[in-house]
Amino acid sequence: MTYTLQFRDVFASWEYLLQGVVTTLYLSSIVIIFGFLIGVICAAGRIYANRVLRMVIGGYVEAIRNTPLLVQLFIVFFGLPGFGLRFDATTAAVITFTVNLGAYSTEIVRAGLQSIPRAQIEAGFALGLSGPQVFRYVILSPALKMMFPALASQFILLMLATSIASQISVNDLFHAASIIQSRTFRDFEVYLVVGVLYLALALIFRVAFALIYKLAFGRR
Amino acid sequence: MSLLEIENVTKTYDALTVLTDVSLLVETGEIIAIIGRSGSGKSTLLRCINGLESIQAGRIVIDGVEVNDPGTDLRKLRQQVGIVFQGFNLFPHLSVCRNITLAPTVTKGIAEADARELAREALVSVGLEDKIDAYPDQLSGGQQQRVAIARSLAMQPKLMLFDEITSALDPELTGEVLRVLEEMSRTGMTMVLVTHEMGFARRFGSRVVFMHEGRVWEQGPAADTLGKPKTKELETFLNAVLH
Repeated sequence: MTYTLQFRDVFASWEYLLQGVVTTLYLSSIVIIFGFLIGVICAAGRIYANRVLRMVIGGYVEAIRNTPLLVQLFIVFFGLPGFGLRFDATTAAVITFTVNLGAYSTEIVRAGLQSIPRAQIEAGFALGLSGPQVFRYVILSPALKMMFPALASQFILLMLATSIASQISVNDLFHAASIIQSRTFRDFEVYLVVGVLYLALALIFRVAFALIYKLAFGRR
Repeated sequence: MSLLEIENVTKTYDALTVLTDVSLLVETGEIIAIIGRSGSGKSTLLRCINGLESIQAGRIVIDGVEVNDPGTDLRKLRQQVGIVFQGFNLFPHLSVCRNITLAPTVTKGIAEADARELAREALVSVGLEDKIDAYPDQLSGGQQQRVAIARSLAMQPKLMLFDEITSALDPELTGEVLRVLEEMSRTGMTMVLVTHEMGFARRFGSRVVFMHEGRVWEQGPAADTLGKPKTKELETFLNAVLH
């Protein structure tokens, strides 16, 4: 028996796919921006803050990095309502993914911050810069430049992982795939098309990150 | 009042005493060469002068401002005291121009356009105006060190400190850095150098300070002190470094 690929029915539902792509793009962008900010703040805190705060941040990072993302998502969406914290599906997804990405970004940014040689920090102080100025110009900026590829990888991993948001009925790209699959039973075609769309999204993000890198750190 | 007054300074790291009762007066326009074995406290003394290291006793006063007074704004003070390190310590992610203009723009609020002119002038004084848009990793060690000097000069300091700035360079590159110092000595800049370049100390130093075991062991006019050492320790040291 030979299998004939049939994409017509899949593409007939292009509106679902488009809606899915838009949701995934939008969800990922918000999460990346806020997850990154959490990463920078917590990384700085994990190095420079007092002992209690350092331990709190350490606990957050380890708790998140050593539990499944799906469990975290279910805790926020199904668990927190028990404490009166009720979010709609998309908000729950944004919160979970942001907190998750923040923990991973914290570790990456921290490694970058700690890789700046003491001598350069000292040179900054010797030129009369204040502590915050040294942090911004002498430590953070080269650290982010150095860690940018690792951060970009993490961001794209996160974008791909947002597909599990479909489990709590967020109408993202993977959710669109499930709907089309249940209507057409063209499993192979549906998931092939969706896979290609995720690939395209990943490439779009890579190009965007390359541009941001050039703008922020490129040599002029 | 001297530009730099170091009075009875003692510096300890826990149980280890690095500087013992060090006193030194430096007048405007003087060029002081601090010499001595590694571990004799020369670099530590230099680092105490701009507050990179704290002291446990004594006073360091620069142009009337006490470095170790808790009320002193160290940032203001450091803007007037340049220091150049053995390892250059340029900011690798910034262009030569930005390395030089970072502190003036951030601490003094000088506009970017004026700052570039400032960087150009500073680079002219070290003979590197054509490297204004280069990055540190595109420069030789000697060029990087000259940029580091220009970076300090752009803050228009009253006093320049040099911490073994040629120790990481080969003889040819050492020569090009020393020529910059020579040039600077003609402008009347007050300089305190920790150095192993005895030739330079003899020709341009107004005074030589020999440190030994954390103390100022012997000091005097450069030629006399290096030519006719009074203490056995200096004599031994000079014999060791000159041969």
